[in-house]
Amino acid sequence: MSTEEKQNFQIYQDSNSFEYPKDEAEVSIFLKKMHKSSFPIELIGSGSKKKIGKPIQCSKTLSLKKLNGIVEYLPEELYIKVKSCTPIKKIEEELKKNKQYLPFEPIDFGYLLNGKTDFGTVAGQVACNISGSRRFKVGGIRDHVLGFRGVNGKGDIIKSGGNVVKNVTGYDLSKLICGSFGTLVALTEITLKVLPEPQESTTLVIHNQNIESACFLLDRAVSSSNDISGATYFPTKAEGSNYAMDIEKTFQLNDLKHDGSITAIRIEGLKKSTEQRLKNLANELKVSNLNISILSMHQSEIFWNKIKNLECFHFSKNSIIRIVIPPSECVQLIYEFSNKFTYFLDWGGAAIWMEAYQISEESFESIRKKVVKHGGYVTMIKNSDYLPYVEDVFTINRDRFTISQNIKKSFDPKRILNPGKMYTGI
Amino acid sequence: MTKLAMPKIDRKLLARKEKIFIELKRIIKPENVLDHEDQIRPFETDALSAYKQRPFVVVFPENTKEVSEILQYCNGEKIKVIPRGAGTGLSGGALPLEDGVLLCLGKFNKIIDVDFKNKCVVAQPGVTNLSITEAVQDNGYYYAPDPSSQIACSIGGNVAENSGGVHSLKYGTTTNNILGVQVVFMDGTISRLGGKTYDSEGYDLIGLITGSEGLLCVITEVTVKILKKPQTVKAALIGFPSIKDGGNCVSEIIASGIIPSGMEMMDKTLIHATDNFVKAGYPRDAESMLIVELDGTGNEVDELIDKVSKIAKKNKSSSIKISKSEKQRLKFWAGRKAAFPACGALAPDYYCMDGSIPRNKLAEVLLEINRLSKKYGLSVANAFHAGDGNLHPLIMYDSNDKKQLEKTEKLGAEILKYCVKVGGVLTGEHGVGIEKRELMCEMFNNNDIEQQIKIKKALDSSSLLNPGKVYPILRKCAEEGRVHVHRGKTKFPDIPRF
Repeated sequence: MSTEEKQNFQIYQDSNSFEYPKDEAEVSIFLKKMHKSSFPIELIGSGSKKKIGKPIQCSKTLSLKKLNGIVEYLPEELYIKVKSCTPIKKIEEELKKNKQYLPFEPIDFGYLLNGKTDFGTVAGQVACNISGSRRFKVGGIRDHVLGFRGVNGKGDIIKSGGNVVKNVTGYDLSKLICGSFGTLVALTEITLKVLPEPQESTTLVIHNQNIESACFLLDRAVSSSNDISGATYFPTKAEGSNYAMDIEKTFQLNDLKHDGSITAIRIEGLKKSTEQRLKNLANELKVSNLNISILSMHQSEIFWNKIKNLECFHFSKNSIIRIVIPPSECVQLIYEFSNKFTYFLDWGGAAIWMEAYQISEESFESIRKKVVKHGGYVTMIKNSDYLPYVEDVFTINRDRFTISQNIKKSFDPKRILNPGKMYTGI
Repeated sequence: MTKLAMPKIDRKLLARKEKIFIELKRIIKPENVLDHEDQIRPFETDALSAYKQRPFVVVFPENTKEVSEILQYCNGEKIKVIPRGAGTGLSGGALPLEDGVLLCLGKFNKIIDVDFKNKCVVAQPGVTNLSITEAVQDNGYYYAPDPSSQIACSIGGNVAENSGGVHSLKYGTTTNNILGVQVVFMDGTISRLGGKTYDSEGYDLIGLITGSEGLLCVITEVTVKILKKPQTVKAALIGFPSIKDGGNCVSEIIASGIIPSGMEMMDKTLIHATDNFVKAGYPRDAESMLIVELDGTGNEVDELIDKVSKIAKKNKSSSIKISKSEKQRLKFWAGRKAAFPACGALAPDYYCMDGSIPRNKLAEVLLEINRLSKKYGLSVANAFHAGDGNLHPLIMYDSNDKKQLEKTEKLGAEILKYCVKVGGVLTGEHGVGIEKRELMCEMFNNNDIEQQIKIKKALDSSSLLNPGKVYPILRKCAEEGRVHVHRGKTKFPDIPRF
């Protein structure tokens, strides 16, 4: 059934028809056919993040999972070129052999969304553009895509960018495809910037702070010249909330004391340097009178993996919401929320991950209003049984919607790629 | 000089120019509309001074509303508009059109907000790059991208061109350092994209606009990220007996897991020219030279300097000098920053190229440039942002000799094509503009270019904003692209350039 036909029918049924092209040329042939007949298609990689965004109904599903494999990896050039649906795990294993890594910390949404660990594919990470705890220091996924190849909604193979970090040849479409949820192109090849992995990771944990003192400490740490790469806060119980988070259960580590909330700051780099910076930081934050834990290399890594992979929400049956705001607004915003949530802060207070209990669409919209007022945006990452569907998963205003609609048209004039996945009408 | 086709002149429009001037003077203050020949002349070129064209009229709006009204009016009347910041661009991105309104953002020169809590600065587009750092440096912060024209180039222009600098390997280019923009589209729509958050949701419009060379919208406000200054910064000056050894050392430093904050390379011609110019204490016997800058904590920098020195020795370095003071470190840089003016002493004219290549091809490309230089009988001085593979070969010639000019053009095109051949790109930081427009087909095929033109049409349906730039007209792939400098006189000779 074509998009147009669907719009005119009250009820329709789609066949569960999957297409598995082997290479870029096959993707192009298939999409040319779909374009000609105006058949909408759902694009997926491994499907690990399929539940993020709006559910869509399409006549066909285009799975790119056969586009798998490393095309070129040159460690001294700091890039890796892969076929779009190469598993993140495979890439990270390959990089590890050369002591390199993906600095943007790909998030494992698998457990949260589907009950089992699954980092998914590069294309999936790029399409969602949701970065881990290091975001404020190293940039996000969009800062690490150097170039790509893909097929647009007309079936034309297009490319942009290259293998080099400095490149201003033509519009930077590599940025545009990040966070586009498969609505612009079917990605076939992606070149990522990689970096040497830090020799050492250390985490300073300060216990039992309230949100105000925690945010004060995080701000001091982020503003210092100690080059910190993680800044998080886990309250035991949110201010004004009736619900508490079981931090002890999430973070069971030998060197981690259990004494109320956790305010944690990560320092990475050369061994000597991390030692010196940890000392500087401890002095600057005047932690001598506070209860602290220090996590060294191994435990520090586990600790931050648990955070970025949202382990504290793994067994949650509630709505999971992601909020991004200017860090200065964080405390005030938290105070404005009602009483049915737990949360933690990442990015030094610039990102809030929230678990909302028995949230209605109206109360979700009221959260959105508050967030927008504070200069941020909100995304519904996971729906709950209580609220299985929200109309506006993402936040957008009228201006941006019109521009986005025009951009979409330029890539996909008949709206056959993931139509409605992000916004109704795009 | 190469002849470049620009969009067809709208003669009818020129015929009713008096009426248009009156209308523009109604929209903005009459004194902000320059329509007399004497007033217009200074705007006939940007820093690619080989190409000159007097605009039809120059306007200086004072606020976003005025920009919006001008664009709305021009869109309705189908008048072309060319936005211009400080006019320091090297690729002719702000070259006027005979039937185009030159929209200057010079009056947008205020820093609106310094926000340490959110580590950002909100500035109008005409604010210079350096003044952002100056506004925050007393609190220990700085703005990372540092194009060497930073004393004069505007932040709006930096966004339009996605400017780099010597520290982009570690700290990224403009696109990695801005959080939000306010822009006006050709139909007059004012939009705020991003803000003070690290990420924006939905299509990354800020990413699209950054580096779009004034073809998609006019930037009226920019929010940039500021960083805390590192605790310690030191630089090493390393000489090598051959270009190959220097190139190999660069690759090995990166491969060893070190990311220097800056890594610059110069060849013998330039070592001598710059050392004569500023007496920087460069190793004059070396065939190539590296400046490696490292930052971090004191012990970290010492450890890294030690590692770099060992790698350099392994690659047959002939001399190593480590900066002992901030003054000495700046002295190391002084020569490098004077590379362009220093070339003025070597030959009456020089062409500056700008390509990016994979780092491990550095030695290969340098040797190829040497070969080509001999083939054409023209000397080439080479300056590189070696850390990120961005190279700026400077071709020496004398424009009074027509044959030499022709040869220079051919040599330049061969160098850029070789960059693309080894897996690099046409331009690392100067932009395409009109300069490399005809070479776009070396990198992109029709599908790629068509997609980009469609995006342009999606945001500017009549193609009125900065037309004739970046994308080839008639898809004709010619061979040329370079900066023309006569007797060391660039448009702004006092500004150091890379």
